[in-house]
Amino acid sequence: MTGNTNKNTGSHPFIELKDLSKHFGDFVAVDTVNLQIGRGELFSILGASGCGKTTLLRMMAGFETPTSGRIFIDGVDVTDQAPYQRPVNMMFQSYAIFPHMTVEKNVAYGLEKDRVSKGEIKTRVSEILELVQLTRFSKRKPNQLSGGERQRVALARALVKRPKVLLLDEPLAALDKKLREHTQFELMNIQDELGITFVVVTHDQEEAMILSSRIAVMEKGRFEQVGTPKEVYEYPDNRFVADFIGTINMFEGTVETAGDGSISVASDEAGAPLTGLTDRIMENGVKVCIAVRPEKIFISQHEPENQEDTCLPGVVEDLGYFGNLSLYRIRLDSGKIVQVSAQNRRRSAERFLEWDDRVFISWPPRSAIVLTE
Amino acid sequence: MNRKTSRFVLSVLAFGYAFLYIPLASVIVYSFNDSRLATVWGGFSTRWYGELLRNEQVLDAAFLSLRIAVTTATFATIFGTMAGMALSRFGGFRGRTLFAGMIISPLVMPEVITGLSLLLLFISLQQLIGWPAHRGFTTITIAHTTFAMAYVTVIIQSRLSGMDQSLEEAAMDLGGRPLRVVFDITLPLIAPAMVAGWLLAFTLSLDDLVIATFVSGPGGSTLPMLIFSKVKLGVTPDINALATLIILFVSISVIVAWYAMRRMQRQTEKNMQTAAK
Ligand SMILES: Nc1ncnc2c1ncn2[C@@H]1O[C@H](COP(=O)(O)OP(=O)(O)OP(=O)(O)O)[C@@H](O)[C@H]1O
Ligand SMILES: [Mg+2]
Repeated sequence: MTGNTNKNTGSHPFIELKDLSKHFGDFVAVDTVNLQIGRGELFSILGASGCGKTTLLRMMAGFETPTSGRIFIDGVDVTDQAPYQRPVNMMFQSYAIFPHMTVEKNVAYGLEKDRVSKGEIKTRVSEILELVQLTRFSKRKPNQLSGGERQRVALARALVKRPKVLLLDEPLAALDKKLREHTQFELMNIQDELGITFVVVTHDQEEAMILSSRIAVMEKGRFEQVGTPKEVYEYPDNRFVADFIGTINMFEGTVETAGDGSISVASDEAGAPLTGLTDRIMENGVKVCIAVRPEKIFISQHEPENQEDTCLPGVVEDLGYFGNLSLYRIRLDSGKIVQVSAQNRRRSAERFLEWDDRVFISWPPRSAIVLTE
Repeated sequence: MNRKTSRFVLSVLAFGYAFLYIPLASVIVYSFNDSRLATVWGGFSTRWYGELLRNEQVLDAAFLSLRIAVTTATFATIFGTMAGMALSRFGGFRGRTLFAGMIISPLVMPEVITGLSLLLLFISLQQLIGWPAHRGFTTITIAHTTFAMAYVTVIIQSRLSGMDQSLEEAAMDLGGRPLRVVFDITLPLIAPAMVAGWLLAFTLSLDDLVIATFVSGPGGSTLPMLIFSKVKLGVTPDINALATLIILFVSISVIVAWYAMRRMQRQTEKNMQTAAK
């Protein structure tokens, strides 16, 4: 795992999951998860459908009893506390707005249960409705609201109690692209303003990248990697994470020579030795994978002069023009297809690449990611 | 569909409806018959309705039936709602299947068996603990509650299974204790189903002849029992008048129940749309 570089992490973690597991009969939905989240973080759990994200969140909220393991929030073991005792509020995947209550009543519900005085309820509800820009709709019933408005009611209802932790299960999944982008920033602003720790579940990696201070990539009930968006993207721990986040080209091979923090890998797929940088001690003959992101690859019709860089010849199989950006699919001599994306900075002497052009793709050793798992 | 079959279908339909409603219509028409003979038309009159209102026996029976029906409906709704919640909200508790089966079984049990077994229960209870001292209102109400509750349970359970469970979880998450959540969220949302269940239990109890006959004692005649015993001595016009009143009463209940059900269905659809958006 990558070291935690988050600025907000204090002396002790704010949320701590210790060896948390959940089994449904024989099926393991969450498998010995260990996690520490700092105060005020916006932490995302990212994973494919059915990997156990909701189950993990429901254990934190108290709706599922862990099969084993403990949950600590602000130093208190809450594993055996009922949902209504935990300093945690959840925003449900389905929003779960009470259909028989007005917007105002929905938001006030949590405060009423806490026996907050009438006057204070009034001010706090109107404050939070102001924050999510719903003041105009306070007297409406939920079925008179649009999807985005309903989502904001759910957010206001969870925020008004000023919980220590807010859990959000796919908060933006039901919104269209434009509204989603708008709401992402709203969410970040609100989180900044109130300083509440957010744990967001999502299967939209772009959303996770934009929103989060850190991301956990989850697969089959386990965490594959936890780190900042940059760490997860630039330095994936293993093949799964590299493949799951963004697009990547992978070359399977075996270590030929190793030493001095750099290795040379023989790969049939590449057809030429590949160089990669790694701190790990590697034996010759070990199976590794060299992975390169499409935007780290240079493409040119002339062989580059720099001898350090890895350089492979190929043919343009397919290309897509996206205005500022072009995407190429290059077929190497081995038959392997490599994806390359390049900024369209036209240099005067050069012409645009066309189908079936012979090209050279190259990248410096530091752009290559060495994966062993 | 060609013309021939459509005519055939239409006549079958007409025949079916005639079979169902002509007897009812004739009862209503003859209730306004001035003649003492039930089958001879002697001019229009409302005298039998007046006579009915002066007949102590009929009034007593009607009053008893109503009291039983109201009490039954109320208890059946309370217990049925509790059973429905247990079945659809408490997950797989131990003995759940047995519990579900036992609650639903009065729906399929022949009434004669239900009546007989309850009668035996009441008799042995009386011998053991001296209660119930005599059979009548109490015993009939208990008997009716046991079977009417099964119907209410089914209605409530189907309503709850169509309702998003995260609503209750959300309320609990916001600090509502489980019992509070039931009153704040669950009950308001299933209220139309409870109204429908109450009305169904009410009509079931008002209708019942077989079970009531088994578990009632001397002097405890419900309206159906009274009508049945009177008819054995020949159909009199005042029975027609009584039947007309009952038809009116039941029709109103059914319409109200249907309306409540429709509202509940609309609400469910609306909630689903809300969730889907
Ligand atoms: N009550 C349950 N009983 C049995 N299996 C369950 C139960 N709840 C969840 N599961 C299983 O656990 C796995 C994880 O479910 P979970 O809801 O956590 O997935 P998720 O990561 O939230 O997926 P999605 O992105 O589709 O919401 C799934 O395979 C699911 O079938
Ligand atoms: Mg989920």
